Amino acid sequence: MTSPVNAIDHDVNYEIWELRLYVAGQTRKSLLALSNLKRLCEEHLAGKYRIEIIDLLQNPQLAEGDQILAIPTLVRRLPEPIRKIIGDLSNTERVLVGLDIRPR
Amino acid sequence: MDAYDSSVVVGGTVKSSDVLHKVPTGIKGFDEITVGGLPKGRATLVCGSAGTGKTVFAMEFLVRGAVEYGEPGVLIAFEETSTELAQSFASLGFDLQTLVARRLLALDFVHVERSEIIETGDYDLNGLFVRIAYAIDSVGAKRVVIDSLETLFSALGDEAILRSEFRRLFRWLKERGVTAIITGERGDGTLTRHGIEEYVSDCVILLDQRVHERVATRYLRVVKYRGTVHGTNEYPFLIHEGGISVVPVTSLGLTHQASEERMSTGVPRLDAMLGGKGIYRGSSVLVSGTAGTGKSSLAAHAVHAACKRGERCLYFAFEESQGQYVRNMRSIGVDLQPWIDKGLLQFHASRPTYFGLEMHLASMQRTIENFDPSLVVVDPVTNFAMVATPFEVRSMLMRLVDSLKSRGITGIFTSLTAGGSALDETDVGMSSLMDTWLLVQFLEASGERNRGLYVLKSRGMAHSHQVREFSVSSHGLDLIDVYVGPSGVLTGSARQAQEAKERTEALVRQQHTERKQRELARKRAQLDAQILALRAAFEAEEQDVLATLEQDKRREVSLGHDREQQARLRQADPSKQNGGAG
Repeated sequence: MTSPVNAIDHDVNYEIWELRLYVAGQTRKSLLALSNLKRLCEEHLAGKYRIEIIDLLQNPQLAEGDQILAIPTLVRRLPEPIRKIIGDLSNTERVLVGLDIRPR
Repeated sequence: MDAYDSSVVVGGTVKSSDVLHKVPTGIKGFDEITVGGLPKGRATLVCGSAGTGKTVFAMEFLVRGAVEYGEPGVLIAFEETSTELAQSFASLGFDLQTLVARRLLALDFVHVERSEIIETGDYDLNGLFVRIAYAIDSVGAKRVVIDSLETLFSALGDEAILRSEFRRLFRWLKERGVTAIITGERGDGTLTRHGIEEYVSDCVILLDQRVHERVATRYLRVVKYRGTVHGTNEYPFLIHEGGISVVPVTSLGLTHQASEERMSTGVPRLDAMLGGKGIYRGSSVLVSGTAGTGKSSLAAHAVHAACKRGERCLYFAFEESQGQYVRNMRSIGVDLQPWIDKGLLQFHASRPTYFGLEMHLASMQRTIENFDPSLVVVDPVTNFAMVATPFEVRSMLMRLVDSLKSRGITGIFTSLTAGGSALDETDVGMSSLMDTWLLVQFLEASGERNRGLYVLKSRGMAHSHQVREFSVSSHGLDLIDVYVGPSGVLTGSARQAQEAKERTEALVRQQHTERKQRELARKRAQLDAQILALRAAFEAEEQDVLATLEQDKRREVSLGHDREQQARLRQADPSKQNGGAG
């Protein structure tokens, strides 16, 4: 918040990005989504992100809170507002737009 | 995987050849139409336009299952919030919170905002599966409602993924063995907007709402029900405080008991016309006539008589309010207010146009169920023609009559016939439903109208075939013998005039007879006198003749003596001369 203004988007300067990835078991799509996410974060948010993986097969009760339907779903908890990105995150451009790392 | 699955399904249905098991919905009338309910362990599609009652149908299925059949349920709601849902449940008389607290119902509200979702590649709906599974497991659900799945089409963009996921969802529900209802919005020319009926192949129910003469009626139709018989008609249904009632168009059947007991109509002379004992208890009576002939008054007498016997009566009025009716009946000497105060008489007045025909029927049946009367009056039934076709009115009446008969309740229906038309004809449709048909008709002659009452028919009793004059006075109703003579049926003042004339004629006749009798007596006296005179004359003559004969005899004798003396004197032979004289 006190960081200098960034040329790309002010959101990038947020201290810690809290990201949550919802999966249901170790499926191909889930693994792909996770690796895509990690790569992306390293490239754009190095050192200021936290990824929480929630496996709904183990914790089904957590699906309602974030209104999860599609798997995998990536939820940007912080910075607000909450954003949801569904799919295996293979379309990098759309993920960046969806996370507001790139302007829409 | 797909191939394997489908072969299992095919093999399963062929080999075990199970009779299709059904799950009762508990929705009034619906289980009768489908001969048992929804297919057990299968998904049923309930589709219809907005506001046709899809959600209510699905909710009642869940609640009845949970409360009445011990089958907990799950509701996955896409469209409503929990408050909205609780409100609509409450409006049907179910308390959502209690059901949830008693673990009979699990709810999950799915909200998807298109704007906050971005698709970035391949995905599936496992999140939804997990949620449904979690909800099912949390209460051990046997019933699942998804309302409405098609919302996902607008929330998620990839139709190809959704379609394959839906296919998987229905298969998965079937594997879980839950009986499911999926609701879907009706599309243009198709059952559902996105064609999800192609995934639900077992049972499809279509709800519809149509407006006839500005009155809306809801209809339900079983479009498809694989492997079972079901009613194919379009059935009207209603949503009221107790939930949904589907009303089978066809009648309940003719299995009701017939009572031997008779009850008075409240008009002694009418009872006399009806075999001397009145109508059968539990029978249906049609009172038809033109406006102002006293149909309601006749019904009021029957009600009054029944209340006097301590029986409960229910009066459905579609023309007059309670106050107006009670006042009007008081003017003819029938005070119904005490019975209302005592709770023996219940009055339900409404305009036929207030709601649809089916709603009327259902609300009447509910009232009858609650009040349990022994006499029900519907006054008049013809007003329903305002809101429905004659066919519908007849079908509704038939169901009402049957339901009354099955409860042994006597029904009196008044029917307003249009003036001028043939009275018998206009009611023919209804008359076949009725056991007793009274016709009150104006007899118009010599410048006045008088009421005449006929018993057109009365099943199972010897009844009078005569027309009676029907008089309404401040002392109530009475039936008077009409004058039937060579100049036709006379009523009212014509009858009185005729009666006066007859009295005069009788007097004249009497005087005439007396005169004749007097004349006869006089003649008899005359005759007697003549006889006496004749006899006197005869006797006089007789005496004369007898006297003459005596003289002759005596003369003869003396003549003989003279001859003997002469003979003696001449000394003649005595034997010859003495023959005649002795």
